[in-house]
Amino acid sequence: MDTDSPPTQKPALDTKPRSATEAPRPLWRRFLDSDLFVLGLTMVVVVVVVPFTHGFLSPGNLLNVASNFWPLLLVVIGQTFVLIAGGIDLSQTAIMAFTSVFGAMLVATSASPALYAKSPFWGIFFNETGGILGSGIGVGAAWLVMLGLGALVGALNGMFVARVGMPPFMVTLTTTLFITAFTVWSTKSENILNLPPAYDWLATDWVAACIAVVIAVLAHVILSRSVYGQWLYSTGINARTAQVSGVPVRRVIVIAYLLSGMFTAMGAALYTARLGAGRPTLGANLLMDVIGAAVIGGVSLMGGRGRITGAALGVLFFVVLTNALNLMGLEFYTIMWIKGLVILIAVAVDTLRTRMESRA
Amino acid sequence: MTTDPAPRLVFEGVAKGFFGVPVLRGIDITIAPGEVVGLVGENGAGKSTLMNILGGVLAPDAGTMRLDGVPYAPNNPIDAGRAGVVFVHQELNLFPNLSIQDNLFITDFPKAAVPTFISPGKARRRARDLLARIGLDRDPRTTVDLLSPGERQQLEIAKSLSGEPRVVIFDEPTTSLTARETKRLFALIRELTQEGASVIYISHILADVLDLCDQIVVLRDGSLVDAGPRQSFSISTMISRMVGRDLDRLYPERHAQPTEEVVLDVRGLSEPGTIQDVTFQVRAGEVVGVFGLMGAGRSEMARIVFGLDRHKSGQVLVKGVERPKADPRSRINAGMGFVTEDRRNEGLLMDSSVTSNIGLAVLPRFATALGLVRTAALRVAALDSSKKLNLKSSRPDRQPVRSLSGGNQQKAVIAKWLLTKPEILILDEPTRGIDVGAKHEVYTVIDELARMRTAVLMISSELPELMNTCDRILVMRRGEVEGEFAASEFDETMILAAAFGQSGAASDRGPAVSAGASVPGEVA
Repeated sequence: MDTDSPPTQKPALDTKPRSATEAPRPLWRRFLDSDLFVLGLTMVVVVVVVPFTHGFLSPGNLLNVASNFWPLLLVVIGQTFVLIAGGIDLSQTAIMAFTSVFGAMLVATSASPALYAKSPFWGIFFNETGGILGSGIGVGAAWLVMLGLGALVGALNGMFVARVGMPPFMVTLTTTLFITAFTVWSTKSENILNLPPAYDWLATDWVAACIAVVIAVLAHVILSRSVYGQWLYSTGINARTAQVSGVPVRRVIVIAYLLSGMFTAMGAALYTARLGAGRPTLGANLLMDVIGAAVIGGVSLMGGRGRITGAALGVLFFVVLTNALNLMGLEFYTIMWIKGLVILIAVAVDTLRTRMESRA
Repeated sequence: MTTDPAPRLVFEGVAKGFFGVPVLRGIDITIAPGEVVGLVGENGAGKSTLMNILGGVLAPDAGTMRLDGVPYAPNNPIDAGRAGVVFVHQELNLFPNLSIQDNLFITDFPKAAVPTFISPGKARRRARDLLARIGLDRDPRTTVDLLSPGERQQLEIAKSLSGEPRVVIFDEPTTSLTARETKRLFALIRELTQEGASVIYISHILADVLDLCDQIVVLRDGSLVDAGPRQSFSISTMISRMVGRDLDRLYPERHAQPTEEVVLDVRGLSEPGTIQDVTFQVRAGEVVGVFGLMGAGRSEMARIVFGLDRHKSGQVLVKGVERPKADPRSRINAGMGFVTEDRRNEGLLMDSSVTSNIGLAVLPRFATALGLVRTAALRVAALDSSKKLNLKSSRPDRQPVRSLSGGNQQKAVIAKWLLTKPEILILDEPTRGIDVGAKHEVYTVIDELARMRTAVLMISSELPELMNTCDRILVMRRGEVEGEFAASEFDETMILAAAFGQSGAASDRGPAVSAGASVPGEVA
């Protein structure tokens, strides 16, 4: 590659030994494919934005960026599994709100009858004296319940996709409708307040960081080294070949959605801790950020391609971009425009990349 | 340069490489107007690449082309089409849900008097003219899915004629045609040449090439090894030039001896509409062939045996144990492997590397207790498996299988199953579309597997191939096993008669080399 950088029409047939030479991919292609590209983009945002903002690089703001990074990373990791399987999980934000609210109900220290008496779960999961799991060790139990609920909804998504063969976007869109309705009905649209102090532990910076990093490393190992990971990629690339080769395609798909639901619930717990309340509208505008971050990070919407490192850098890019735009004092719709443009370009690049690949 | 008929098309030093591997090395060909040039060579010899360059799909790395004396360098197939170079594809590019006329004019629909509106009436009239010219007796409004494979091929040709072609390329046009349709195609090609068009005809059926072409060009490993008038060639000289050695024995000597142990036992397998009461056994070390016409239910039977499709009644026993669940995974664990008919869509991950394709079926066997893949060990095993088959790849752990030749792709599929050490291997048309050399290697591997006590079930439409590689041949017809022939009773006429249902295998193309290819109206 480094012999001549402009890869122009040099005849590929020749006499020089070619055993060790690699496919002559143009430099810009390799750059686009690598994680460096996203990191570069993030740098560009930082360099461009610093002169126009106050305190972008202040410790306070960097902490703020970090605390936005960890929960979003968890959610994007979940989405990555589903995207690699060739699906898409649109129900993540609904799962966030659902698990946020139920986790909060179970452990709230007190609840006002005036607000919640109409909830169908009033007197079952929680009442004036708080949630049934109490507020000490029960908080851990509540987090486990959240993970379980997320995994359950994810598994249901997976079943409908893999067993019934419904299109993923339709399944998860329908799930969104059901789960959102159920969440709003359960809370009558009220936030669940009065979380116990133990819940705040998740809002600690280092705890959130540890959880996200551990999950990211785990997910990375699963995808790059495990049998399940190889099965997942092969399913996303060509499910029929995978099936003929003995890959349990349906189980692989169900597990991908299950993991997506579970990681989403983890993200929801972190968000809930930061807000100090279970919120029935949690993550309402987050879906485009999630999918955008994954795609910018090189996870393909066509399935079979993507890595955790890329996805994490995609999240970093998105969090930095959002923060920078906010600091610049731009209007909220301007920010949406810019984000929309960024996602559009990312998807276009993904599509072009897939197309060039299949032409080679 | 001043020879009488100015050449229609000239290739000068055309060269092309992929992934550092030269595929074409300086090809020079001159084609006269009205000439039919036969282009032969093994798969991977560079025929398709050369034609893709001519058709504007690929750009050459070096060399030039001239069309009627004018430099010709198409950027894309549309350019090529405008210049009068049309490509009749091996894979049909038709929309089965649209009508004949819609397909004919899909890019250039006749307009009505009012601009932007189309005129179905005009289209029908023009379509009728075109269909009459190629002798396809169909209403232009018929939807394409109602046409037989042969008729579709004719339609594809009609599509290419809707302009004024100067060079028409046919890539394996007869694979799905009956003898009668083939004759009609040849007549049409001659008609084309009388109108001044030049034709490039690519085929593995060498008798056809000898019969049809004026000039024959032989490619081997990207080089032009021989070219000359038809009279200077015979089938055997063509083969020896293609292969580069005298291949007096296409079929390797057989060493395997069937044992007594029944490994695969299929009892009364039925699925309404596809197969009916199929019963047979395959022993360790035995190679059993399955012959039949298209639509006889051979592939369907294989898919059910492998657990890909469900069945209503009957049993599949592997080493005496019934496998009731339709699930390929459990069959693989029981020792079964399946080389499917459709290697692009079911056999391979086309954009993945050679080694990851080969390793796909054995991942759990190369896993640690934690479920992690022992990557290095798997890579070594995959490379080993590919070497056994003589698979040619410049960088097996990088090169996507898409860029391999057909024969090497098939070897990748077989290598995948070799790695599972199968006790039963089912192969569905394992040599279709691969070259003579690769075929030889596939036969050798089959024999070697049998020698290591693998039970082999091999489906093929090429009767000579089955007769030379099998211990026994089952003949299927309309979903049922119609006959069974032991090696001592192999007789082409009798096997064909069974396949055709005793009615006699009269085929006007002499000994049916690939009778399974097609018989209209024989679809179950």
